[in-house]
Amino acid sequence: MSARIGVVTFPGSLDDADAARAIRISGGTAVALWHGDADLHSVDAVVLPGGFSYGDYLRCGAIAKFAPVMSLVIEKAQVGLPVLGICNGFQILCESHLLPGALTRNDHQYFICRDQKLRIESTDTAWTKDFALGQEIVIPLKNGEGGYVASEAVLDELFAENRVIATYQGGNPNGSYRNIAGISNKAGNVVGLMPHPEHAVEALTGPTTDGIPFFTSVLKSLVGAP
Amino acid sequence: MARVVVNVALKPEILDPQGRAVQGALGRLGLSGVINVRQGKQFTIDLDGELEGDRADLLEKLAGELLSNPVIEDFALTVEN
Repeated sequence: MSARIGVVTFPGSLDDADAARAIRISGGTAVALWHGDADLHSVDAVVLPGGFSYGDYLRCGAIAKFAPVMSLVIEKAQVGLPVLGICNGFQILCESHLLPGALTRNDHQYFICRDQKLRIESTDTAWTKDFALGQEIVIPLKNGEGGYVASEAVLDELFAENRVIATYQGGNPNGSYRNIAGISNKAGNVVGLMPHPEHAVEALTGPTTDGIPFFTSVLKSLVGAP
Repeated sequence: MARVVVNVALKPEILDPQGRAVQGALGRLGLSGVINVRQGKQFTIDLDGELEGDRADLLEKLAGELLSNPVIEDFALTVEN
C-alpha cells in the first residue's frame, strides 16, 4: 500500500483538491483531513494547502494555527512528521512557529498570478530530495501576501544551515527578502513554499510537471524511513 | 465592565505597503508634507467585571499570540476598568 498523505481542509482552503490529486498522480494515497477533527487518521505526512483559511481574517494563517487538527500537526511535526505548507499553508507554518519569519503583503500591493521560475537550493529535505541541486523549475505562483520577511540574523542562519529550499529567478515577484520562495525547518521534515507545485503535475492543466518531485520526494523519504 | 484596547502595528523595520499606498493617496489628494504613513489595527474588547489577575495575564499573552504576530508586529494594550 502506498504512503498515506493527509491534506487538511480549513474553511476557505482552495487547493486541497489539487493537492490530493497531485499526491495521487505522484503515486501516494491522499487522505482528507478536516480542520475541526483532532485526528490525523494514521497519515505518514501532511500537506497544508493553499487558499484563504478563515478568510485570512486577523492575519493569513493566524486563526488556522489554533484549529484542532493543527495541534496534532504541530506536535507530530516537531518529532519528524513530514509537513509541506503551500502558500496559505506556508503562512500557517510560520504563524505556528514551525518555520521562522512571516509572510507579508506583496511589496507592490498587487495580487500576482503567473508561472514562476524557481531554483532548487536544497535537496536535503523530505520534500525536495527528488530534485537535482540547482535545478530550475517553473510552477504557478499566486499570492497577495507572499513577501517572506525575517530578521537579518534569521536570514543568515537559513542560508548558513542550507534551509532555503528554493529562490525566485527572473525577478522577485513579491518583495521576499533575498528572493526566498521556500524554507525548511532544521530537521528538513517541515517545508514551506509560496508557489504551487500541486498545480504543475499534469501537462493538460499546468505549465509543466515540475511540481511532481515535491510529492515523489516525500514518498521516497517515507520508504527510506525506519 | 472593563474595556481593553489593543493597538497592533508593524515593527518599524517591516515594510508597510498599505501605509505606503495611503501615503501616496494623501499626496494625490492635496495633503503636502506627508513624511510617512504606517497602517495598524485596533481591537476593542469589552469584558464583564474588572480585568485583573489570571484573566489579565491571559489577555496580555493572547495579545502577543493571537492578536499580533511577534515576528513582525508590536502591540500596546490599555485597560479602562
